[in-house]
Amino acid sequence: MNRDPAASSNQPANDEWTIVIGLEVHVQLLTNSKLFCGCVNRFNPDQPNEQTCPVCLGLPGALPVMNRKAFQLSLKTALALDCQIAEFTKWDRKQYYYPDLPKAYQISQYDLPFSHDGFLDVELGDQPDQAQRIRIIRAHLEEDAGKNIHDESGRGRDSQIDLNRCGTPLLEIVSHPDIRSAAQARKYLEELKLLLTYLGVSDCNMQEGSLRCDANVNLHIPRGDEVVETPIVEIKNLNSFRGVELALEYEAQRQWREWQSTERRLGDVAKVTRGWDAERGVTFAQRGKEEASDYRYFPDPDLVPVTVSAEQIADISDTLGERPAARRRRLMSEFELNRDSARVIIDQGAEFAGYFEDVCGVCGAGPLTANWLTQDVLRVLHETKARITDFPLSADVLGELLTRIAEGQITTNSAREVFNSLIDARQQSGPASPEDIGRLIQERGLAIVSDQATIQPVIDAILAENPQAVSDFQNGKQGAVGPLIGKAMQHIKGADPKTVRQMLIDAMTG
Amino acid sequence: MSLTAANAGQLLSLMECGDASAVDVTQACLDRIAAHDDQIGAFIHVDAAHALAQAERVDARRTAGASLGSLAGLPVAVKDILCTHDQPTTCASRMLRDFHPPYDADTISRLRAADAVILGKTNLDEFAMGSSVENSAMQPTRNPWDITRTPGGSSGGSAAAVAAGMCPLAVGTDTGGSIRQPASFCGVVGLKPTYGRVSRYGLIAYASSLDQTGPLANDVRGAARLLQAIAGHDPRDATSVQVDVPDYTARLETPIADLRIGIPREYFSEGLSDDVAECVREAIDVLRSLGAQTVDISLPHLRYSVAAYYLIAPSEASSNLARYDGVHYGFRADTFDDMIDMYCTGRGAALGAEVKRRIMLGTYALSAGYYDAYYLKALRVRRLIRQDFDRAFEAVDVIAGPVAPTAAFKLGQFVDDPLSMYLTDIYTIGANLAGIPGVSLPAGVTTDGLPVGLQLLATPFAEETLLRAGRMLERETTWHTRRATLES
Repeated sequence: MNRDPAASSNQPANDEWTIVIGLEVHVQLLTNSKLFCGCVNRFNPDQPNEQTCPVCLGLPGALPVMNRKAFQLSLKTALALDCQIAEFTKWDRKQYYYPDLPKAYQISQYDLPFSHDGFLDVELGDQPDQAQRIRIIRAHLEEDAGKNIHDESGRGRDSQIDLNRCGTPLLEIVSHPDIRSAAQARKYLEELKLLLTYLGVSDCNMQEGSLRCDANVNLHIPRGDEVVETPIVEIKNLNSFRGVELALEYEAQRQWREWQSTERRLGDVAKVTRGWDAERGVTFAQRGKEEASDYRYFPDPDLVPVTVSAEQIADISDTLGERPAARRRRLMSEFELNRDSARVIIDQGAEFAGYFEDVCGVCGAGPLTANWLTQDVLRVLHETKARITDFPLSADVLGELLTRIAEGQITTNSAREVFNSLIDARQQSGPASPEDIGRLIQERGLAIVSDQATIQPVIDAILAENPQAVSDFQNGKQGAVGPLIGKAMQHIKGADPKTVRQMLIDAMTG
Repeated sequence: MSLTAANAGQLLSLMECGDASAVDVTQACLDRIAAHDDQIGAFIHVDAAHALAQAERVDARRTAGASLGSLAGLPVAVKDILCTHDQPTTCASRMLRDFHPPYDADTISRLRAADAVILGKTNLDEFAMGSSVENSAMQPTRNPWDITRTPGGSSGGSAAAVAAGMCPLAVGTDTGGSIRQPASFCGVVGLKPTYGRVSRYGLIAYASSLDQTGPLANDVRGAARLLQAIAGHDPRDATSVQVDVPDYTARLETPIADLRIGIPREYFSEGLSDDVAECVREAIDVLRSLGAQTVDISLPHLRYSVAAYYLIAPSEASSNLARYDGVHYGFRADTFDDMIDMYCTGRGAALGAEVKRRIMLGTYALSAGYYDAYYLKALRVRRLIRQDFDRAFEAVDVIAGPVAPTAAFKLGQFVDDPLSMYLTDIYTIGANLAGIPGVSLPAGVTTDGLPVGLQLLATPFAEETLLRAGRMLERETTWHTRRATLES
């Protein structure tokens, strides 16, 4: 379901260049505690520096100890990305001075990351049958830094530092430069986010910074027999999917203009870092802090190397469950859904997909269930800002309702009336049971009436009251039957419209 | 017997019999400090009030018949590089002059749990970088045996405090010999445990892969008792090892039958002073007279140890000390232009010359393009040195030799010649690089009357062997009973 106009840039905008993109994604892991100490790992900007201890404050003498849970979540993610897992991995210090980094080094992984060489298949909206495989170079675990808060009032007040985030487990996932459009970059991120949330390893909340992205981008420009590459630019700290897409589109145009005016190629200048200004919609050159830095990586002597056994890998693989891409395919084959419905359902998360399967298990009607979930159920969830786990109708109840539709016992409109009344009544009467469906249909007289003996008197009366319509019909105006069906339905709630229509036609032609 | 001349065991007996209280013992130590520390300079910080209060608590509990820890009422001095939540922890640096840690090092927690009386914090070379305490930004420390000489370093304050009778026990740290060399220079027992035996949590790091906390004492049994109290696994230190701590004092009086002593031929070669060589040979002869056999061994890569050490230790130091940027704690310059200038000005003003030298050495060795040639190569040499020891210990129980090439040298002797100072670490550095335990035992005096130590090294976690061998020597000699005479 891709209604985004930007999807049109799946293809290079022109024959003059191809954009080449690699993404570095930083994901905060959902652990209870930080990566190397026992402090709570929680987004908490309102109480700065409350979630800190000597270890994450980098106080003299404090020592890090690895959080096994964080490492396991990382393994799980890497396995879900089909990465190779290193038997032996270690921790390195990445050294640089910055006020939000109290040890003046970040504990990270340099030459022996715990995982490498995986991939993520990304489907594109307008090429539904062709998934693009984006290869993953490596995924490694590291600690997040704190946050500098600068005075933006222009009154030159002191900068402040919040170290609550310092030491949060951060998974860095580095892709090959396999991405060929801004829209594809966005799709990759969306698919990655979906995978991570399915795995339960991260909440991927971009507003809170639990998923952040840097993009490396340049253009490949065919010139006769050769392909010229423009200098690679790293765009830092892209903090929304839309921002990634817009920044890459902007950057492609900018690099094209720059190439036309300077003809500078890859290697002519040092790697440039640019920021994204979402307000103005432009990338801008950042000061050259990064370029000249030598991080002087070396193995952290405070931490012991980590070995991973085949059994550990097998155990974690067993917990992976069905990944979203596979589940999407299964919904299409097993429940006869079209691609858009399957995507919408999977995109809502594992619980929603589970609810879908449960409802289908009761009513047996895949496309019908998909329609109801993607329209009525999602609407209610949006209106009430609720999650599917809080939805007032259990899968049994909705399944029972949809069964009635599937079996022709009630109309879709009647079902919606029942649905809405159950939703409205949820406050007063507690959870609904499948029996409530039958009761409501009974009470409201919503059962489809196809008994001709019941309908015939109504038909006769309507024809008598509407001679003009009858004569119109008999003069060949087929459309005249419609309003008559409506009138009949008003008289007999739950009348089967097909039966009514046929009886009307029979009576007028007879 | 004077309370300040007694050893830990004697003091415990006195307190258990009621012949002296912990307050008496503590007060005697405080009086000794008050009388002589202006001259010696062993302590950076003396916490008389806390010490006496703790001694009173111990006395009260002893009177009440409560169970007491293994160091109950014993005064202990602590090198000012271990974090104490109730005393400043300065590392003898201007950078941390006003630093009060919010937490206790694991060693401090264990001392408190053992009911020790923590007297105060002792002087050291700034951030433990040095062999003479001359790199302290606070004050010089003088050798109680000859106040014109160094007590050794970097744990010189702890060694001098014990030698001066200011406390029977002290805690030091040893990164390249910083417990053993001052123990040798001051005529006390000093033991560097196996790497991982004592938690480094709260030990302010100089070189993390080499640093190890250990005991100094005026006799072997005191050192054993103190080690017993501070050793053990700590989940807060990932390099702390989960190996049971034996009872170090249980078999202390049982001589080791047929002790096999390895004598590295590389130890008795050029550079070793005749005085020291003679004392060490005589001490080995004492052990031989007790049935020990000596075996000539070789540690062929030992000659590269100083070079390897002075790449590895500064590399780690350059990283460990980077956190002293004045942002969150520690010294910050009053005026600066911008962020980078704040770092430069603050660190420039608050770190001493030797610390800067090692930070620069280490920064260079870890830099892109030099890493392989320096840091990585030093790690390879380290592995070879470890293999040398592994091979040697296949045939012997302990390795014996000198601690330092000379007895205590004159203050100022090496001030302008750091390289010569580095080279005096030759005999001690190997144990740090290999992670094995080593001890310095009082083993004689030079013609000038200066103490000389015998160094014994053993396999990982064989501290008990070192202590029992040390006790064998101690039973046959009187070096450990000599006490320095201080001018009043």
